[in-house]
Amino acid sequence: MKLTLKIWRQENATAKGKMVDYTIDGIDGDMSFLEMLDVLNEELVNKGEQPVEFDHDCREGICGSCSLQINGEPHGPDKLITTCQLHMRTFKDGDTIVIEPFRAKAFPVIKDLIVDRTAFDRIQQAYGYISVNTSGNTIDANTIPIEKEKADDSFNAATCIGCGACVAACKNASAMLFTSAKVSQFALLPQGEVEADRRVLAMVEQMDQEGFGNCTNTGACEIECPKGISLENIARMNREYLKASVK
Amino acid sequence: MSILDSKIPKGPLEDKWSNYKNDINLVNPANKRNIDVIVIGTGLAGGSAAATLAELGYNVKTFCYQDSPRRAHSIAAQGGINAAKNYQGDGDSSYRLFYDTIKGGDYRSREGNVYRLAEVSGNIIDQCVAQGVPFAREYGGMLDNRSFGGVLVSRTFYAKGQTGQQLLLGAYSAMNRQINRGKIQAFNRHEMMDVVLVGGKARGIIARDMVTGAIERHSAHAVVLASGGYGNVFFLSTNAMGSNVMAAWRAHRRGAYFANPCYTQIHPTCIPVSGDHQSKLTLMSESLRNDGRIWVPKKLEDAEAIRAGKKKPTDLAEEDRDYYLERRYPAFGNLVPRDVASRAAKERCDAGFGVNKTGEAVYLDFASAIERYGKEKAFTSGHKNPSKEEVYKLGKDVVESKYGNLFQMYEKIVDQNPYKTPMMIYPAVHYTMGGLWVDYNLQTTIPGCYAAGEANFSDHGANRLGASALMQGLADGYFVLPYTIGDYLSKDIRTGKIPTDTSEFDSAEKEVTDRINKLMNAGGQHSVDFYHKKLGKIMWNKCGMSRNAVELKEAINEIAELREDFWKNVKVPGTADTKNAELEKAGRVADFLELGELFAKDALHREESCGGHFREEYQTPDGEALRDDENFKYAAAWEYTGKPSDAILHKEELIFENIELKTRSYK
Repeated sequence: MKLTLKIWRQENATAKGKMVDYTIDGIDGDMSFLEMLDVLNEELVNKGEQPVEFDHDCREGICGSCSLQINGEPHGPDKLITTCQLHMRTFKDGDTIVIEPFRAKAFPVIKDLIVDRTAFDRIQQAYGYISVNTSGNTIDANTIPIEKEKADDSFNAATCIGCGACVAACKNASAMLFTSAKVSQFALLPQGEVEADRRVLAMVEQMDQEGFGNCTNTGACEIECPKGISLENIARMNREYLKASVK
Repeated sequence: MSILDSKIPKGPLEDKWSNYKNDINLVNPANKRNIDVIVIGTGLAGGSAAATLAELGYNVKTFCYQDSPRRAHSIAAQGGINAAKNYQGDGDSSYRLFYDTIKGGDYRSREGNVYRLAEVSGNIIDQCVAQGVPFAREYGGMLDNRSFGGVLVSRTFYAKGQTGQQLLLGAYSAMNRQINRGKIQAFNRHEMMDVVLVGGKARGIIARDMVTGAIERHSAHAVVLASGGYGNVFFLSTNAMGSNVMAAWRAHRRGAYFANPCYTQIHPTCIPVSGDHQSKLTLMSESLRNDGRIWVPKKLEDAEAIRAGKKKPTDLAEEDRDYYLERRYPAFGNLVPRDVASRAAKERCDAGFGVNKTGEAVYLDFASAIERYGKEKAFTSGHKNPSKEEVYKLGKDVVESKYGNLFQMYEKIVDQNPYKTPMMIYPAVHYTMGGLWVDYNLQTTIPGCYAAGEANFSDHGANRLGASALMQGLADGYFVLPYTIGDYLSKDIRTGKIPTDTSEFDSAEKEVTDRINKLMNAGGQHSVDFYHKKLGKIMWNKCGMSRNAVELKEAINEIAELREDFWKNVKVPGTADTKNAELEKAGRVADFLELGELFAKDALHREESCGGHFREEYQTPDGEALRDDENFKYAAAWEYTGKPSDAILHKEELIFENIELKTRSYK
């Protein structure tokens, strides 16, 4: 199929960016979206032009590197997948596809479609962990039984890949879904209880400092999340936060 | 040729590690504050090593090419992690895990290292649970296990099909704790370009900031390479796009021997190649072989009809299907080790029984698992005579709860529903058992330069068993390196900070910038991918699942020619002082073009078949691998001398005191 691509090009963090049009032909439905961009880049390199920079690595939907806003939606039109899992069979011959970076104040553009998501790292560095030494002097793993349902819920929250689609989808560029998923993973486990108060307070404070907005309660994040992280996590984080604040 | 000293401690197998730990020198906490360690790579091995070394009190700097340590490719490991916990009471023990690993590796790994790995495996699970890793549990609240290939016990711990992700996030959270304490400085979007030796010891690195292009000097008292494997030398593999051999290869060029490069794992269950545009291959976890049955049509005409789209797999009656693994290997069936399963698939496809357009695919079928689980579920919920539809629905739910994300992944890529029609799979490059040669301390032949995880060669011999990579990465990082590196660093307590304004750093930096300039200013004929794809073709066709002397010799020459052409004619657009993905790729492919040649040389010299290395000249009449213990019971460690095919061979004779060498049989 033949496509028109409108792609955000920006030389570096301080340069002014703009949309640039490209046409591309011979695209097969079995190609992934990023393989389509590979084809474009190969053409650009051969013409002596600058290829489009974008983040990507595992190309199987788990590393969380890829981060494109495709036709206005994070990771494109399909649900429950990342950009690298989007296949061109979703589009049809003659389509125009608009490709932008994830937009948020806390995610400044580095180059073209690459944004800086280190704010997420800093949120997790703010006690987003269980303080246990790694020396192995811990109790046997089966000493504390954990209800299967709770373990499963904790796992479901922990499947967040930290891609930032929730932020890109939100009118307020809120990071509540991301932060709450991490808070929930630990809040649901007995191992996480000891530090629960400190954790939720510190992570929320860091989230605010990074310049992420407030929750809109519209649920756009949940809809766009490639891993289906549930809004229930935000509710749980709010409860945890309230509980910790009144102590 | 010299004899390499593996420094295995003396004494009985089960006491070696304990005795060793009691004998080593320790560094007191006040002195640790004055010692710096660099860790390259933040996957399971690097992340866990960095966190533990920082926790002990060393000043740690980590480097990764991704934008966050959490994205290292360990994250993509699906199926699980082995540990000899014997929670299932099925007769597991450290010894059995040790035995399975040595046998699985076709008797080409080191007893002492493997026993240590088995010994600490249980502790890994304790550690991870304490960190909040949400492993799968049974209704009673205890941890659940499943089986993996090549073993007869159930010892694999898992978190659905995302075990690697959950373990990596555990290591990453341990890192975050140390970052928050100021003990780890994380350099993300940085690539190690070279290791710097001062007085023969590894004392630092040259790194490139991938955003600004700045070339940086970082010094340390020791350097840990946990930079993963080199599967991307094949272009198409299940590795991440950025996975590369640069750190290990740069160390090799500086004096670290590279061991057994030809030992590559071709994983049997990957999604087949669909066309020329393909950029990478996707693994379908080995755990699927717990419940999936592998087959091809029994009759050639059925295979032809399926390839032509005239028949569907579900049209074929049970008696027209050839469950070839169950037929050839009745004891292990679909759970034979990976190398055996891969070769068996290739054998059937080469004989004309392949089931997709390219003829390179076999079926992985869940119909009988869905039926079995459905009946069981119906029975336990009181429906003694369930309808077919009910059985299917209940069974599908069970399969979905076990492998849901994998099935979804498959459906997205192939556009077929694997609950209704069998999956199509084919072997693909997945893991490299070879790597930097290390002794028992995980130290390379460069003093102060260590290698951990997939980057080293130590534990898996010629073939790795499923769910053992995660185990090895975390064992190296959490439990082995922190001890062994301390012994080395105890001699450095008076050294003081290593300066970076020395001639050694000057010349290393100059070499790095010269190399970058050379890449930027080459002839400009072809893109980096053009060369990478060509290299991949040579590797897959001539150094892939089966190899022979004629083609390996051809490969050595072809790779050398391709490398020469690359340096003359590669085209890297843009400039070096900014984010430049093409330049990053060019540096990596340049190293693959050297490694590939050594790989072929190693495969050529090893005149036997063992594990993932199958030489057509050395096989039994029924097509099984024919090992030669008399002549090849050693690890081949290659010393760099310039041209990769001129590398000098050093042998580490493998000594088996506890295990009797046998022909590996899974029949």
